[in-house]
Formats: sequence, C-alpha cells, structure tokens
Amino acid sequence: MRNFLAMMTKDLHNLFVSPIAYVLIGVFFALSGYFFYMILVNVIEFTMQQVFQAQQFGTATPPFDASAAVMRGFFSVLSTLLLFLVPVMTMGVLAEEKKQGTIELLLTSPLTHLQLILGKFAALVVLLLVMLVPTMFNSLLLYFLSEPAPPLATLLVGYLGAFLLGGALLATGLFVSSLTENQIVAAVITFGVFIVLWVIDATAGTGTTLTSETLRYLSILNHYDDFTKGVLDSQHLVFYLSFIFLGLFLTSVSLDSSNWRQ
Amino acid sequence: MIQVEHLTKRYGLHTAVDDMSFEVQKGEVLGFLGPNGAGKTTTMRILSGFFPATEGRAVVAGFDVFKQPLEVKRRVGYLPENPPLYGEMSVNAYLRFVANIKGVDRGQVGSRLEEVKIRCGLGEEGPRLIKQLSKGFKQRVGIAQALIHDPEVLILDEPTIGLDPRQIIEVRELIKNLAGNHTVILSTHILPEVSMTCQRVIIINNGKIVAVDTPENLTGQLAGGETLELEIGGSVDNIVALLEEIPDVKSVSVGEPQNDHSPVTVETEGAKTVRHLVAQKVIASGLELYQLRTRSISLEEVFVQLTTEEEAKEEVVEGEEE
Repeated sequence: MRNFLAMMTKDLHNLFVSPIAYVLIGVFFALSGYFFYMILVNVIEFTMQQVFQAQQFGTATPPFDASAAVMRGFFSVLSTLLLFLVPVMTMGVLAEEKKQGTIELLLTSPLTHLQLILGKFAALVVLLLVMLVPTMFNSLLLYFLSEPAPPLATLLVGYLGAFLLGGALLATGLFVSSLTENQIVAAVITFGVFIVLWVIDATAGTGTTLTSETLRYLSILNHYDDFTKGVLDSQHLVFYLSFIFLGLFLTSVSLDSSNWRQ
Repeated sequence: MIQVEHLTKRYGLHTAVDDMSFEVQKGEVLGFLGPNGAGKTTTMRILSGFFPATEGRAVVAGFDVFKQPLEVKRRVGYLPENPPLYGEMSVNAYLRFVANIKGVDRGQVGSRLEEVKIRCGLGEEGPRLIKQLSKGFKQRVGIAQALIHDPEVLILDEPTIGLDPRQIIEVRELIKNLAGNHTVILSTHILPEVSMTCQRVIIINNGKIVAVDTPENLTGQLAGGETLELEIGGSVDNIVALLEEIPDVKSVSVGEPQNDHSPVTVETEGAKTVRHLVAQKVIASGLELYQLRTRSISLEEVFVQLTTEEEAKEEVVEGEEE
C-alpha cells in the first residue's frame, strides 16, 4: 500500500509540476464548455422551431426531451475529447521512465510490478477526475435551471460512463507507453489504437455473424451509448472493467518481457 | 556476502556476460575493471535485480537474486551508470520518494534523509530542483539515493564519472568510509581509482573474468622484473654491450640523445634488483650518470596487457578455425 501510494504521489507530482497537466485540463475545460454551449443553443433552436411549427399548423408539439438531448450530446463530446487527450496523458508515463533511466531505480527497488503499475494508473485516474468532475458544473446548470430537470441519476450514470471509458483508454495508453521509450511514438500509436477501437463496429456492418457481432462488441463506443442515455447495464460495466484489467495486465507482461530482453 | 556462480547473459547471439564466477566478502570493496562493453554494467544489473541472467546463479546478502528478488532489492543500493533522477523534483522530495519505495521505516525517513544528505555533501541542496544541479551534485544525489535505506550491499556503476577532481577525491573518501560496514562493488575504467579504493580487482574483458587479485599483486605479478630508465652523458656507443654483461639484464635500448644526454632503457628479469650494478658499470666506464630510476608498471599497463593478450589469443584461435 505504501509503495503504491509513493508511486502514485510521485507520478502526480511529476504530472502537475510539468505544464502538460495544466494544458490538458485547460483545453479540456475550454472545449467541453464551448461544445456544451453550442449543443445547448442548437437544442433550444430546434425546440423553438418545433413549437413554432406546431403552433402554425395547429398540431400538438411532438414529445422531445430537450435536456436529455443536451446531455447525450455533451457526453458524446466528452468521449471525443478523451479520445484526443488521453494519448497525451499517458504517453510519458512509462516511456519517459525508460528514456531517463529512472526505470532502473523502480525495477531495482523492492516494488512489485502490481504496485508500480497500479500507482501509475491511479495517478492518471486522479488527473482524469480533475478533468471530468468540474465539467459537472455544466450538467448541474441543466439540472437546476431546465424545466423539466433531467433526473440526477441519468447525469451520474452518464458521468460513470465517461469515467469508465476514460479508465479503459488510460489503461490502453499505459500499455502502449510501456512498449517504447519515445513519448511521441507512444502518443501516436495510442491514438491509432483508439481510432481502431472507435470505428471497429463500422467494419462489422449490421450482420449477425459471429465475427461482426464480436467486432461490434469490441467497439469501445458502443458500450458508452447506454450510459449517455442514463441506462446502467452490467454488461457494459463488465466490458470496461475487463478492458482496464486487460490493459494493466498487458503492461505488466510488457515490463516483464522487456526485462528479459534488454 | 555476494556469490556469483557461472553467470551468463545473452542478448540473442551476443554474449554479454560469459560464465562468470566470483565471491565478495562482507565489508570488502571490489572493483570491476574493463573496457567499455566488457559486461560490467550487465553484471551489475543482474546483481541488483534489474534483469535476470540467462544462466547461472547469484546470491546477494543471503538471498537468491532470481528466486527472492524483493529480499535482495531491500538490501542492495544501486547507482546505475546514469543516475536515475527526476529533474522536476527537489532533492528532498526525490530522496523521500526513494526512501518510501525502498521500504525505510516510516519514522526514520526524516533522519535517514538528513544523514545521507550530510554524508554526500548535499546539506544545503535539499529544496533545490534536481534539474538545476550541476553534474557533480546530480551524481551525489545518485549516490545518496543508493545509500538511503542503509543497504548491506552497494553496487555503484561508474560512481565518479563526470565529477571534477576535487569531487572525485570526496567520492572516493566516501566509498572508503563505507567499506567495513557495507560491501561495495564498483565499476570504473579509471585505473588509479581502483588502486585507491578497492581491496580486490576483477578485470573483465568480453564478458569473461581475465584476472582477480589485489591491485598490488596485479601490478607486481605481471612485471616480474624491473624497467630502469637511465640518462647518460658521453659516448654511449658501447653501452648496450657493456650493460648486457650484467646477469639478469634482458635488454638494453638507447633512445635519441637530447642535449648530449642519451636516454637508456634497461629491462631486467628475476626477483633481485641489479640497479646498483648498472650504476657501477656506467660510472666505471667513465660515463656520466644523470639519472637512474625504476619505472613501476602501472595498473594501466597491466590492464592493456591483459585485455590485448586476450584478444590476441582469440585471434589465433579464430585463425586456426579457418
């Protein structure tokens, strides 16, 4: 536990004394705020049009949950931002230790791989929370000011989804960072892997064969959809948690094998 | 304290460490000497538990490096070739982090921190960022890091590299003071360093041990005789024949004269010195003797001799195979 905490604190320290963390947080806040505003404006305009049309033609207003639409749009923006920003968060985490030779200190200390990897992962998760939690301000605005207000549970489930998605992406990025000692290479490969995970269901089509269903299942965004609707389904939970586990496990294997090779 | 048996490390086809066996007693300072790429760093990395060997066994502080790596790592302080530092951390924060992951008792972290800082001459540098320190101070932080958990065994890879002469002397003093309580293995290719700090030397070349002995024995053993350097005034035409009359004189050579003084080199063999006989001969023949001194063979020469002998042998073997 102590080793884990020491590792996590060290990584947090390094993240937050470098400008990277602040640039990431700043860009994340600015873009998520901007897109929230755009979505809000669009949804309001759309609703107004609907109301006008209904009045003009004397028909009833079609049922439309405006606040749910805003939240869905906002959560999908969050996922897109994470896709772009997570590679930058994870690129240096192990690659830089290798490049600076500090990995020699870590691997010759009485520290298990589990403590090392979990410590690093936890530091990244803290950074993710620092990015995600303040954006709740936007959704709370909606919660307090819109009529009817979106149920709080829906918002929380959506955030849980964003958090799990972020965790899965971080675990993947951590693994890629363990493969190289070049940060840029790590970032580019991570980004490439994310894109594949993103669009993998497009190649699957709509078939019902085993392959296309497997490919659809592997698409990391498919599982996010239900969360943004406020639906909490255990199969998606299991998907993300096993994804995180796999990422961390592969990182450990990679550390082991680079030990044997070097 | 350290037992190494038939240690071998291969990278693909390349053998970095080849069937190495040696022992280090408690409190001893052992020097690893060898040209770059000889396998010094690889051996040290194996002993510190950074990576496993391909074959063989290493026991450090009573624990097998491969079977109980955590126990070994608790008892070993390791300074890699490039000190493993985080530039963005202050010296204090860094040493505190290392103390934590090395498992220093929580209550003792503060006192250990102060002790190693004083020991390594870092008393004033605590709050400074590591990246702002000079190379010499960075190296000291590296050594402090290896000492923080008061390990039984210290493995130092080129501890004096990049330091200025005064700092080198300080680090050597530090290492000498560590001997006795700590077992130290250090690698270097600076030869005087070995004769100054180490009780025993292992010379490595191409991953194999070429020689193991004390620095004094190594220099003595290979010499087996003396080299005398004379400076003689007058005509030295007959000097070669004259001096070769002396028993035990192996060869005499005369150099280019400078200001009417000719340098003469006399190689002798055997355990007894013939310096006085040489001097008598020169003076008896009416020549002027300006200087006579023995050139003791330095560790440098031993080193070059041993490592090139090895290569020459290998070339012969390769030639035979063809």
